Amino acid sequence: MIVDLKQVEEVARDLYIRALKVLPDDVKAGFDRLSQSETNDLAKSVLGTMVKNIAVAEENSNLLCQDTGIPIYNVTIGRDVEVDGFELKQALRRGCERATKEHPLRSSVVHALTRQNEHTSCGHLVPVINIDFSNRKESLEIEMIPKGSGSENNTWLKMALPAEGRNAIHEFVIDSVLEAGAKTCPPTIVGVGIGGTGDLCVHLAKKAATRPLGSRCEDPEGAELEEKLSEAVNKLGVGPQGLGGNATAFAVHVELAATHITMNPVAVNMQCHSARRAKATFTPVGIDVGF
Amino acid sequence: MSEEFIRSLRIGDTVSLNGTLFGIRDANQIHMFDKGRTTRFDLSGHAVIHTAPNVQKVEPSDEYPAGYRHICVGTTTSARMERFTQPLMAQYGVKAIIGKGGLLQDSLAAFQQMGGVYLAIVGGAAALETTWVEAIEDVDLDDLNPESLWKFRVKGFGPLMVAMDSHGGSLYENVRKVAQSYREEALRGLKAKG
Repeated sequence: MIVDLKQVEEVARDLYIRALKVLPDDVKAGFDRLSQSETNDLAKSVLGTMVKNIAVAEENSNLLCQDTGIPIYNVTIGRDVEVDGFELKQALRRGCERATKEHPLRSSVVHALTRQNEHTSCGHLVPVINIDFSNRKESLEIEMIPKGSGSENNTWLKMALPAEGRNAIHEFVIDSVLEAGAKTCPPTIVGVGIGGTGDLCVHLAKKAATRPLGSRCEDPEGAELEEKLSEAVNKLGVGPQGLGGNATAFAVHVELAATHITMNPVAVNMQCHSARRAKATFTPVGIDVGF
Repeated sequence: MSEEFIRSLRIGDTVSLNGTLFGIRDANQIHMFDKGRTTRFDLSGHAVIHTAPNVQKVEPSDEYPAGYRHICVGTTTSARMERFTQPLMAQYGVKAIIGKGGLLQDSLAAFQQMGGVYLAIVGGAAALETTWVEAIEDVDLDDLNPESLWKFRVKGFGPLMVAMDSHGGSLYENVRKVAQSYREEALRGLKAKG
């Protein structure tokens, strides 16, 4: 399969706008689940406003949230796919800039030191482009995630010690949720990275936070920990918008990597209730757009 | 808004706004309070909202007096701007701050001393919030766009919940204490099951 880079540019543009406007079905279902189990009246009303907002955004074809985020493109290249990697990245960048100018969108991206905004949603190393490979034949996936800052500002890494064991991981996750409190726009998806190097650990936390609701960690130990942490976090009573209630998190997601004998790293990255993402899959038949 | 009205509000009350609302943000407050810039807007007695909207530049008209069409107006996390509450109230006479996620102790003290409130909006519900905004009437410090100082005209902007009042009440602080009290129980559950 030969990838048409003009199409990649169009898709990069369209996915950014789509992600900002339409929430994935799994997140909508997550709202239904939390609304049913919530017992606090104020929390119920807050969840109701969030659900109403999802409908208004679709009706008015408007953005769910004003925060256009830091744009992230996750590209997964399958087998027997012919594409110029350098040009692919350029096409994604052009699509991101076009979405910003043509819609138009608020560019939320500035130079890290001068704070200069180029009004393109682009800058040095932004959009973030992650490229991975899969075993799938003749398939190229582009996932777009506009990562809002309310949740991204609640990102933490702890290089715990092996002697501190799993309890250090539990405490770090619970304390991160407490520290985030109302700031992350709960209910959240709490992403937990465990293991790897420092940077990989944080990357895993992001991967966990942006995974679809209902998905499970591939490692059985990780999957078990996800369930326990989800239950524990929802005992805290932070609630939607941090105004109290049961619905603190849709879920806690865990991603693991092997680590060093001397290390026990744990990272937390959060996704807000507007858990936005969009995906396009290129195959020889055409381009399928979804979540 | 008079100080008397503001002081009559208690946490848990709900209000809606009509008329003028100013949009403030990290960059414009950094410029006003750290870099010595001033605004020509009179914020005295008004409410401000922590925001940087999505806008489109258009020809100025009756509908778009500032030459901006508002596309999506939503609310950002307030806590980053905690240190600006005191000078906003003391120097500019702001009476109400609309935001999400709450402010902290210094703001609560400023609300008590000078008569102010924090009004909570549901964050991440910007499509809905946008329907309460009629127009962008004016803009200042626009070199900081999108973190300009925005003057919105709003109608039925709310309901907003009084989440921090001028009597030392803070819903966020109440929830924070409760959540902290559940910490040990949450951890015990994790330990017991391995």
